[in-house]
Amino acid sequence: MIPELGHLALIIALCLAVAQSFFGLGGAQRANLIWMNAVRPAAIGQSFFVMLAFGSLAYAFLTNDFSVAYVAANSNIALPWAYKFTAVWGAHEGSLLLWVFVLAIWTVAVARFSRHLPQDFSSRVLGVLGIISIGFLLFMLTTSDPFGRLLPPAAQGADLNPILQDPGMAIHPPMLYMGYVGMSVAFAFAVAALLSGRMDVMWARWSRPWTLVAWLFLTCGITFGSWWSYYVLGWGGFWFWDPVENASFMPWLVATALVHSLAVTEKRGAFKSWTALLAIAAFSLSLLGTFLVRSGILISVHAFASDPRRGIFILAMLGVFVGAALILYAWRAPTFSQRGGGFKIFSRETFLLLNNVFLVVAAAAVLLGTLYPLVLGALKIGQISVGPPYFDHIFVPLMLPFFVLIGIGPYVRWKHGSATETLSKLRIPAALALVAGVVAIVLLRAEVSFIATAGVLLAAWTIFSALQEPLQRLWQRLHHRHVSLARSVLGMSVAHLGAGLMILGVTVNTMLGITVDRVMKPGSSVAVHGYQFAFQGVQDVSGPNYQAVQGTFVVTRAGKKVALIYPEKRQFRHDGTTTTNAAIAAGPFRDLYVALGNPLGQDSWSVRIEYKPLVRFIWLGGLTMMLGGFIAILDKRYRRVRVPATVDMSAPPKDADADLAKAPER
Amino acid sequence: MTPVRRKRLIIVVVIVAGVAIAAALGLQAFRKNLLYYFTPVQVAAGDAHVGQRFRMGGLVAMGSVQRSPGSMTVHFTLTDMQKSVPVVYTGILPDLFREGQGIVVYGTLDKQGLFVAQQVLAKHDAKYMPPEVAAAIKKAKAAQQAQIAAKAAS
Repeated sequence: MIPELGHLALIIALCLAVAQSFFGLGGAQRANLIWMNAVRPAAIGQSFFVMLAFGSLAYAFLTNDFSVAYVAANSNIALPWAYKFTAVWGAHEGSLLLWVFVLAIWTVAVARFSRHLPQDFSSRVLGVLGIISIGFLLFMLTTSDPFGRLLPPAAQGADLNPILQDPGMAIHPPMLYMGYVGMSVAFAFAVAALLSGRMDVMWARWSRPWTLVAWLFLTCGITFGSWWSYYVLGWGGFWFWDPVENASFMPWLVATALVHSLAVTEKRGAFKSWTALLAIAAFSLSLLGTFLVRSGILISVHAFASDPRRGIFILAMLGVFVGAALILYAWRAPTFSQRGGGFKIFSRETFLLLNNVFLVVAAAAVLLGTLYPLVLGALKIGQISVGPPYFDHIFVPLMLPFFVLIGIGPYVRWKHGSATETLSKLRIPAALALVAGVVAIVLLRAEVSFIATAGVLLAAWTIFSALQEPLQRLWQRLHHRHVSLARSVLGMSVAHLGAGLMILGVTVNTMLGITVDRVMKPGSSVAVHGYQFAFQGVQDVSGPNYQAVQGTFVVTRAGKKVALIYPEKRQFRHDGTTTTNAAIAAGPFRDLYVALGNPLGQDSWSVRIEYKPLVRFIWLGGLTMMLGGFIAILDKRYRRVRVPATVDMSAPPKDADADLAKAPER
Repeated sequence: MTPVRRKRLIIVVVIVAGVAIAAALGLQAFRKNLLYYFTPVQVAAGDAHVGQRFRMGGLVAMGSVQRSPGSMTVHFTLTDMQKSVPVVYTGILPDLFREGQGIVVYGTLDKQGLFVAQQVLAKHDAKYMPPEVAAAIKKAKAAQQAQIAAKAAS
């Protein structure tokens, strides 16, 4: 009964999505107030029914309704209830439902927080979101219905993929989807601006907080994904340049470029067309990511072939959305006034432009490396793969100059800056970064390499440059001078600080991390970087739905006990799948990582032991970037209640210059 | 040329030059790091050069896995049901590695025709077979049948 209700809810949601996009786009086009007034109710109704469908599937999982094929394939009676809930998005159909569920959340948010926008504009935004909903709802209903029945019902269900039975499953996919789908809001704003001819400063101001929120979630999703794969997959790495990872990294790179380009459009009225193009690109890459991960072409050609409709449908949807948006862009963008603020070569605008060039080139390089092998494979020309060395070769030379610029940009004025002024402001961070570089060379000695030194130097440079301004303001305030720091500026500083911390973590961990694979017997011990790892033996333990072999390791340093850790090898009962659950003794400055390898007979095991310095800084950096985005959203100017509809939208707002006057350093 | 135009020209030239350099670097890195994929049949036919790094996919032949006790070195043969290539690997094997399982190895061929693997990949579940392996086995089977048919005809 409940699954049928869910299916029905999806159909009703599809009808309401049609109404939402028809009234939204048609109403705005014909300036029909009655139609436009119907958009919000339709959008909210559509979202309600999608959420109802999601609730029905979750209910089917929690009540072990194994007559639903999807539940039978991805759940089991013995599965702990929390994982039954996360199993909702454990496979293809449910992830799509999660996608539209997240889109429903965004739609409600847009409907709720867009009342201050001109009605035709908000109607168009909701109309575009409605079209995206139609696409995905149709996709689900025609090719991937999660509510299909299984006759006869299964007795107890297969099981959720053991790797997914982890708390990370509750955070990583929803956060990532919030980011992916959030790009559709930035996209909808850009398309609405193109349609209404309002590609101007106000458009940038309206869409900036939405883009920031989406970026924030995407950052969160990727950071958690990296951390999750680090501890659950038993590989001990934080990033593998796996196509699935690249699928989320490409939208992130473009979204980061978009966040910066929006700043120029909002503050100076420049880069308008480029910003709109980036918004379209960010959404296209999110769709492409969904396509790569969900169509199954990455996991196996067979999954793709068994139901080619899926891959073809989503590819067609990608083509229609992106193609239509690009045609609209080609048609409308040249008609808009490009009269933005002009700027000199040494200006904030140029630095932000360079930021965009680097990020977009990086995204293009990842795209090439990800798609080329797939295209060759699909065309049956040959089978090749592009491994991490390719991405490393591209990223290192791209990121070196990028991180030089990231420290300078914030200290250059808009419009026309002065090189001497900027240099004098950057004396202290530059000096501190040099000191850090020298310290790194002295400390690392034997292991010193150009890349390691450059990485540490640039990380220090980024960190000190990002810290300088907030600390300066704090110092001044402590001395009772009235100074203020706009939240958006503070947010930027914090986000750049996060980028610096991340680069520091990546560099140090990659250059100085140690991995040792050894054969160990109970009683034997291995020394890694001053730590003694003593293997005490293994014992059998049993979990709710698995049997495990658990090893015990005592870690000591200079005779003192550091940690007692228990890596496991788990075997899941229902299909005998084995997973390696590494044990990690975490610390702020280093992780000690132990994973059981293979039993080699006579009680001996192959064991992987890793010393990972500063690995936590990578995720700390990600979290710091998120925090920066969050602070920036709290900026006062996004909380303005109502924009009078009569304001001349084509001119940069007066307070753009007022902001300049208020904060002379910006 | 007006100063504004000249400035624009400079910016455009700088960007184009930057992107061109990045593209050149990228394509070079791309060419250098392309990894070819061969099947045991192709390796037996001499498609892979000694010392060249490549990936090879196939099934772990039944009864071929040999471990030296107390060491992480393992010998096995990789087969696509037509040709077999001996493989040696030292290190931790993935959880899904077992006889009869489809896997992909990454490494180089030495002069004796022994594949020295640096990495053994067996991802996904026990039923999974890397698509390349499945294709290779299908191809090998078809070739075998064609041979039989040819023999029968002659």
